Amino acid sequence: MNNHSILRVVSKFMIPFILLFALYVQFHGDFGPGGGFQAGVIFAAAFILYGLIFGIENARKVLPATTTRILLAGGVLLYAGVGVFGLFMGGNYLDYSVLASTAVGGQHMGILLVELGVGITVAATMVTIFFVFAGQDH
Amino acid sequence: MATVAFGILKLRNLFAVVILSGIFSLLAASLYVHLTAVDVAFTEASVGAGISTLLMLATIAITGEYEKKHTTGDFFPLLIVIVTGGALIYGTLDMPLYGAADAPSNLHLIPRFIEESGKEIGIPNIVTSILASYRGHDTLGETVVIFTAAIGVLVLLGRGRNRWRPGLPKKPSAKNEKEEV
Repeated sequence: MNNHSILRVVSKFMIPFILLFALYVQFHGDFGPGGGFQAGVIFAAAFILYGLIFGIENARKVLPATTTRILLAGGVLLYAGVGVFGLFMGGNYLDYSVLASTAVGGQHMGILLVELGVGITVAATMVTIFFVFAGQDH
Repeated sequence: MATVAFGILKLRNLFAVVILSGIFSLLAASLYVHLTAVDVAFTEASVGAGISTLLMLATIAITGEYEKKHTTGDFFPLLIVIVTGGALIYGTLDMPLYGAADAPSNLHLIPRFIEESGKEIGIPNIVTSILASYRGHDTLGETVVIFTAAIGVLVLLGRGRNRWRPGLPKKPSAKNEKEEV
């Protein structure tokens, strides 16, 4: 799709806003609809759009296979790590109340970190699946 | 939605089927908004209508656009569908009506979450506090499921480090040219 100048210009214009919207959904999930799953999918959609318009090779330069694989495992590890950290702080597994000085503050921090882990894993998964599928024909 | 579903059943053009399933997801999302399940609707719109449509398009770019005519009879699958659907509908007969004030979940669980989660978690979006805190183990499991899906796709289709794998010649066209020469 290298010759479609309108698509190239419009997608270049759109991608920052898609990424920004994904971050908004990620971190505003405590207050409005949204959360890690939705944010991860929207975040991945930006990279998939880039891959569709500019080619998988160029998209892989932005986000190499090693990076997506590290993020893929990193998100799950972050989620599980928050639980293990809670164990060390003297609580139950995935009990966030012990993470900060107050219980409510700990819940806030735990939910933020856990949703971040979910978002990272979902985004990396979607990008990986799309790139692997779309990279089959060449 | 039923019209779209029958369209998906009848069409042989897979491109149209993929687009129709995207439309189906979007209709389902608006149904969830109508049922005031905004978080679920958001997920359905982004995952069902967005990403999975894209992934299906990427798949039919590899496999080809038209469905093959199948020769086996339709009777046995139809029987399974009717029995399963009948069992599901029979199961809903016992459920309380939608929005009924005396439904068990409206009597115990939901008032508990609405009244206490503000004090316990301190987050306005109760769905998020249920999802990430009360049911944290459940969400961890879901994340691991998604992680496993990516690992499975990578194991089946990934081509890391130029590894040769049986049944998946690396460049069929290049290979054929060599054989012809």
